[in-house]
Amino acid sequence: MANVEQIKDTTIKHLWTSIVFTVLSVIVLGLIYPFVMTGIAQVLFPWQANGSMIYVDGKPIGSAIIGQLWTKPQYFQGRPSAAGKGYDPTQTGGTNLAPSSKKLIAAARATIGLLERENPGATYPGCAAPCAPPMDLVTSSGSGIDPDISPEAAYWQAARVAKARGLALAAVDALIAQHVQGRTLGFLGEPRVNVLELNLALDTLNRAR
Amino acid sequence: MTLVGWLQVLALFVVVLICVNPLGKFMSRLFSGERTFLTPVFGPVEKFVYSMCRIDPEAEMPWYTYLFAVLAFSFVGFAYLYILLRTQQWLPWNPQKFGPMAPDLAWNTAISFMTNTNWQFYSGENSLSYLTQMAGLAWHNFVSAAIGVSVAVAFVRGLANRNIRTLGNFWVDLTRSCLYVLLPISVLGTLLLVWQGVPQNFHAYQTVTSVEGFKQQITGGPMASQEVIKELGTNGGGFVGANSASPNENPTPFSDLFELWLLLVIAASLTNTFGRMVKDQRQGWALFTAMSIMFFIGLIVCYPQEASGNPLIHQLGVLGGNMEGKEVRFGVAASSLWAVATTATSCGAVNAMHDSFTALGGLVPMVNMQLGEIIFGGVGSGLYGKLVFVIVTVFVAGLMVGRTPEYLGKKIERKEVQLAILYIIVTPAVVLIPAAIAVLIPAGLATLGNSGPHGFSEILYAFSSANANNGSAFGGLGPNLFYNVSIGIGMLAGRYLEIIPLLALAGVLAHKRAVAESAGTFTTYSPIFVTLLIATIFIIGALVFVPADALGPVAEHLNILQGKVY
Repeated sequence: MANVEQIKDTTIKHLWTSIVFTVLSVIVLGLIYPFVMTGIAQVLFPWQANGSMIYVDGKPIGSAIIGQLWTKPQYFQGRPSAAGKGYDPTQTGGTNLAPSSKKLIAAARATIGLLERENPGATYPGCAAPCAPPMDLVTSSGSGIDPDISPEAAYWQAARVAKARGLALAAVDALIAQHVQGRTLGFLGEPRVNVLELNLALDTLNRAR
Repeated sequence: MTLVGWLQVLALFVVVLICVNPLGKFMSRLFSGERTFLTPVFGPVEKFVYSMCRIDPEAEMPWYTYLFAVLAFSFVGFAYLYILLRTQQWLPWNPQKFGPMAPDLAWNTAISFMTNTNWQFYSGENSLSYLTQMAGLAWHNFVSAAIGVSVAVAFVRGLANRNIRTLGNFWVDLTRSCLYVLLPISVLGTLLLVWQGVPQNFHAYQTVTSVEGFKQQITGGPMASQEVIKELGTNGGGFVGANSASPNENPTPFSDLFELWLLLVIAASLTNTFGRMVKDQRQGWALFTAMSIMFFIGLIVCYPQEASGNPLIHQLGVLGGNMEGKEVRFGVAASSLWAVATTATSCGAVNAMHDSFTALGGLVPMVNMQLGEIIFGGVGSGLYGKLVFVIVTVFVAGLMVGRTPEYLGKKIERKEVQLAILYIIVTPAVVLIPAAIAVLIPAGLATLGNSGPHGFSEILYAFSSANANNGSAFGGLGPNLFYNVSIGIGMLAGRYLEIIPLLALAGVLAHKRAVAESAGTFTTYSPIFVTLLIATIFIIGALVFVPADALGPVAEHLNILQGKVY
């Protein structure tokens, strides 16, 4: 019987410890830690900590790190998005379609057709005209809110954008060149263009004329 | 493939490698009860925890007591998270007014976080309050990782101890893992991630009108503080559904590299801790070498597949690597690297959608998990899993030369091998049997995201991920009652059916007498041994999984080459 008593004691002891340890560690790791970090982050990096918001005329129009839906010809378009009805940050995710999926191939074919109708004869540096749209414009991103496109995808749309805005193609190309972000430290990630920032710069350019 | 792509791989390997020795040394001192440079800061906190919880830090536990403490604490953590998920609508810090999670999904999620899996059948950004995220999920990220480290350290003590029956004190190991290892790195890491752009706030989502006039909700929350421990503890459950593919969690190529470092660094450094605790650092470096080689083997298969892209898309005239489900800022190289790293460890966070990888590119993460998460592995679980394979390898080597095998001066006899095999057999049993059931019943096929061989891949991937406590997914597979329950069981089995024989094995090893090294002793740090270890792991994995993998990714690859779609 002593053995049974002993087992009972050990059980109660460890369950007690488990419960108190849970309470204490939730307070330290689950509450104090995130709150203190929020406090420090809000002091050191307030813009990033609050979502990297971009304001135009005092109104928030989006976040620098989150892509938006673009449909009009005078704006550069982002990638196809599977997030909700398109670029919904509360429904993030990809299509999760397999490489052998009929749906994937059909969607790609439809996207290519639409893009080529909107951008007749489009081209980008290193590709003899007319060339097919770059891969990233045809495929959906993983997050559905990818803020970037490749530099090729931007140059490929430049002629359409220039025409819709009455700008010279060279002016638009120069603006893209200004907005190409290279690889971090020269070798991390891929070169890219933030679509929102590029489009805002376009609006500024138009207003300056 | 590009040179720049491989340069990223090299950079990651170097930043991990330079930490192995210092962090390994620090953890070895910490778990041996020696003073560290953080003792003045955390020593008083540690003492306070012990006194509040009535822990006697000097009390040594035999294996069954250690196991019982692990199970008791896990159960309490599970119950706590389940209740939190079901009652979050009444609790504070819920600015989006999210309701409770459904019972079967809450059951799945609570198990998922208790077992360090972080399988996501939910999307945090549209279902979880900030309180649930930080005090429920992020808390589990800390403690489930700390449990893994504790069990690993206990197992190493079993190997190192001579003629003693005890493995240390679980509560002490748990407290020290949290306070001295996970918390300090998380504090610094949070700031680095916020600097790169990860939000850290408590306000409600901000509704904005975009340039073209669309309404968009900009998500927020205490993301950075959770993101860092999600990677560091090889947990992998994202604040949002898209996980580290989301620019909210992983905004730049630099944050990407940093998160990769986080998810590898503890598992890699524990090999050094092991070497130091058994007083022969060469043993630790041998494990590290084997892990690194297996890591590169995966990458050498995956990266070229993703870089060469999908031939079916190429036929439409669009050329280039496979960008479906990938982010522009990472591209093919960083996404392939992440897929390999997240499944070589038991992290399971993703920066690209594995479901949309090329057939053979997606096979690599699947195989990594099926091998039992021993290529670095989860924090703690990777080391102990690897050591089980070492014991089997030593046994096989002993059979070849016809003498009683030894490891670290301990004879490996019938009981040890039985327990090691019991550990290893969990993986095939828990992956293949439920996968077979799933393809036979309507509920198993009802929520597939793709059809044809890839549909089967989704099922196989799910159970591989659950058993490995990885948590990454072929995300097309949706939740229903069958998967919530069966994957929950898979995660439980993958964690605890392995920990039980493992701690028993530690107990058996701990009180073995040391045998003197002789000329016939097989050295377990030589290149020959490392080769044999890798071969043993691949042979066991191949014997079990090649038929199933052939029906999924391999069949899909062959079909794509013939232009067949589903």
